[in-house]
Amino acid sequence: MEIVAVNELVHEFPGRDESGDVVETVKALQGVTLQIQKGQFAAILGHNGSGKSTLAKHINALLFPTGGEVLVCGYNTKQEEKLWDIRKSAGMVFQNPDNQIVATVVEEDVGFGPENLGVPTEEIWARVKDALQKVGMYAYRKHSPNKLSGGQKQRVAIAGVMAMKPECIILDEPTAMLDPKGRAEVIGTLRKLNQTEGITVLLITHDMNEVVFADQIFVMNKGRLAMQGTPRQIFEQVEELKKLRLHVPLETELAYALRSQGFAMPKAVLSRKEFVDAFCRLYEKQGAREKSPKEKKASVSYPETKTASPLLKLCDVSYTYSAETAYEMHALTHVSLSINEGAFVGLIGHTGSGKSTMIQLLNGLEKPTSGTVFYQDKDIHAEGFSKKWLRGQVGLVFQYPEYQLFESTVLRDVCFGPKNLGLTEEEAKERAAEALEMVQIGPELWERSPFELSGGQKRRVAIAGVLAMKPKVLILDEPTAGLDPAGHDEILSRIWEIHRRSGMTVLLVSHSMEDVAQYADYLIALNHGSVALSGTPGEVFTHVEELENIGLAAPGVTYLLSDLLAAGVLVDTGAFTVKEAKEALIKALS
Amino acid sequence: MLREITIGQYYPAASVIHRLDPRVKLLGTILYIVSLFLFENFFGFVAALVFFAGVVLLSRVPFGFILRGLRPVLILLMFTVLFNFFLTDGTVLVKWWIFRITKEGLYRGGFMGCRLILLILGSSMMTFTTTPNQLTDGMESLLKPLRLLRVPVHDLAMMMSIALRFIPILLEETDKIMKAQQARGADFESGGVLTRAKAMLPIFIPLIISAFRRAIDLAQAMEARCYRGDAGRTKMKPLRYHGRDAAAYAYLAAYLLFIILLRRWL
Repeated sequence: MEIVAVNELVHEFPGRDESGDVVETVKALQGVTLQIQKGQFAAILGHNGSGKSTLAKHINALLFPTGGEVLVCGYNTKQEEKLWDIRKSAGMVFQNPDNQIVATVVEEDVGFGPENLGVPTEEIWARVKDALQKVGMYAYRKHSPNKLSGGQKQRVAIAGVMAMKPECIILDEPTAMLDPKGRAEVIGTLRKLNQTEGITVLLITHDMNEVVFADQIFVMNKGRLAMQGTPRQIFEQVEELKKLRLHVPLETELAYALRSQGFAMPKAVLSRKEFVDAFCRLYEKQGAREKSPKEKKASVSYPETKTASPLLKLCDVSYTYSAETAYEMHALTHVSLSINEGAFVGLIGHTGSGKSTMIQLLNGLEKPTSGTVFYQDKDIHAEGFSKKWLRGQVGLVFQYPEYQLFESTVLRDVCFGPKNLGLTEEEAKERAAEALEMVQIGPELWERSPFELSGGQKRRVAIAGVLAMKPKVLILDEPTAGLDPAGHDEILSRIWEIHRRSGMTVLLVSHSMEDVAQYADYLIALNHGSVALSGTPGEVFTHVEELENIGLAAPGVTYLLSDLLAAGVLVDTGAFTVKEAKEALIKALS
Repeated sequence: MLREITIGQYYPAASVIHRLDPRVKLLGTILYIVSLFLFENFFGFVAALVFFAGVVLLSRVPFGFILRGLRPVLILLMFTVLFNFFLTDGTVLVKWWIFRITKEGLYRGGFMGCRLILLILGSSMMTFTTTPNQLTDGMESLLKPLRLLRVPVHDLAMMMSIALRFIPILLEETDKIMKAQQARGADFESGGVLTRAKAMLPIFIPLIISAFRRAIDLAQAMEARCYRGDAGRTKMKPLRYHGRDAAAYAYLAAYLLFIILLRRWL
């Protein structure tokens, strides 16, 4: 049975210019037709601005069609008297965990939906208990949502929808703002609800790894349905997906790379096991298996970290929040480390490991409870050391930096930093122009309001705002959070370019092992406020077990290659990036 | 600094006062405050103190914690007392330079001080023992009659509870934005009043934009969960009176009676 049927759906809205006059008609959806069957796990993929969120809002009857129609559980969303039945049957979970929780206690928030539906009090309690148990949050029923992690908040939001007894749950990028652990929690919960409760799930995302087990995938582009099929059918079309600004899972990517080199790998490989099996068959056929495979590990040699002088240094630094109160929390304990001039350092660690405290110590926003922070061998908290000057030297880009934009034009916003450093209007503008060019924001956008730009553009403008101060060190706290795959690559490759050209020292805080493996030449892994591991990516990623113990992981490539090695393929496991892995695999085959 | 302020905080404890219906506590607080303004001499304060002490003992909130509620208003308190000391005409007790302390001044200063202390401590007991949600529910229920005058009581209560939910989030966000602008060299600490006010713009604008964005998101999320105002809505935690509430009302009635008697005969 079809639970959702979308027929020739068109959504248009008037585009307005600055003075509010209608200048164009924006076509967010232009004739979308799709069906979702009861009990399916369906996914909608698409880059930012492809129309996927607009489509989701139509299914929840938050938006109404300009043309065509949407049927949910047999009700047409145009029937106004059925509005509440539709929203009840197709519940919706949104991207931002904070902005969809209404109540100050978990259980009351879950009860909000049933209250609105007029469910009797006793039954509300039963439903709340049931829903919280299903998402594994019953133990937190009396907690304040503010004290929960992102993944937990999203599970509460899912429970809030479940308590309304829906047929179908629509989730609009529910994992975009979460760390890897939170993502796994949410996706695991959804799969369980789909399998054990028979709830139809419609997941909107741009993370390919979350949809490989889906029953059906729809790919959106420019307001139209670009592709439709099973994960296997979709991921066969690697080239087309890349054109749509999307990625494919690691295994698919590597299989595709081998195929394009003329090796007979299957078209769509969706899991690690599938890849290992397929590769082993290929390996045997090639007759490359040696009689006595020797253990061979990490033979890729890394360039020695330049013996440059340390630019930033932490000496036995501890930081305690709310010392000597009931809320006392040790964010960092006796940390000593140095960051060399010209290095590209990756700072990794799970949420709450002390990463954000550390970066704030590095530019003097926070003062260590004990220990000393040195910049160019000078104590930054010594008498007479200018903090303002330091902040110009050590540029810090916070998470979601676009939320700091405030000026009327892009150019003026970027000038804010340089002007604070005491530069004249002219000099500031010069610096701003330079910084904007570095992040590839063209002059045609300089006089526009920063709030009119797309998400990825805003982010780059915000980074330019720090670059314009011409820092020697650039610290970025998860600069790719919430961006789509193409936006993610754009930001990181810009940063890499800037580092390569100007030799700027970079400290990249990231949850993605793939990202730090690709760009960083030195890694620092934090756990519970101390340095758990540090060294070159080659050194750090050989400690797979230690990494997993502190809530991290090695890059996907490492796992894949060591599985291959275990299966008897003589392959160099010292590769961490897709490109290196590709080379290692080709070498193993020849 | 903000953490030191205990006034308006909730202090979790398993006491009979915590379990009381919020309507009882609201009416009790109002009665207590009104009584403080009715007394014309110290005997009244003794009565209020006894009443208050009873509540404190039952509530299991540590007395030190309650006293800390005075800290933020200490300066105001001192001003009130000192102004009364020095600026009241009457029999001069001590005279030094332009200052003189009168007998009446001492009396009035002490009187005002006592009234203010009892007022602050008493009303903070309300928030110590009542969660913001219960408080909102209690107000909504007590103000229900105003609906006849077309006051949107339910909507106001909903707004208040949403505000309570988002205050900590916005505080955290303010801190984040402040740090981000400081990282771009902004200076909030030096300069005159005007410069400092102007320096706040890079904090206020992003904060307001963010608040609007959150408001839009939340409104949509509430609609998606079938919120349509008060119509046809049930409650997960409806307010119901229990035996203890009757006892509390009796206690309040006794206090009221006592005040009336006190005003009559003293």
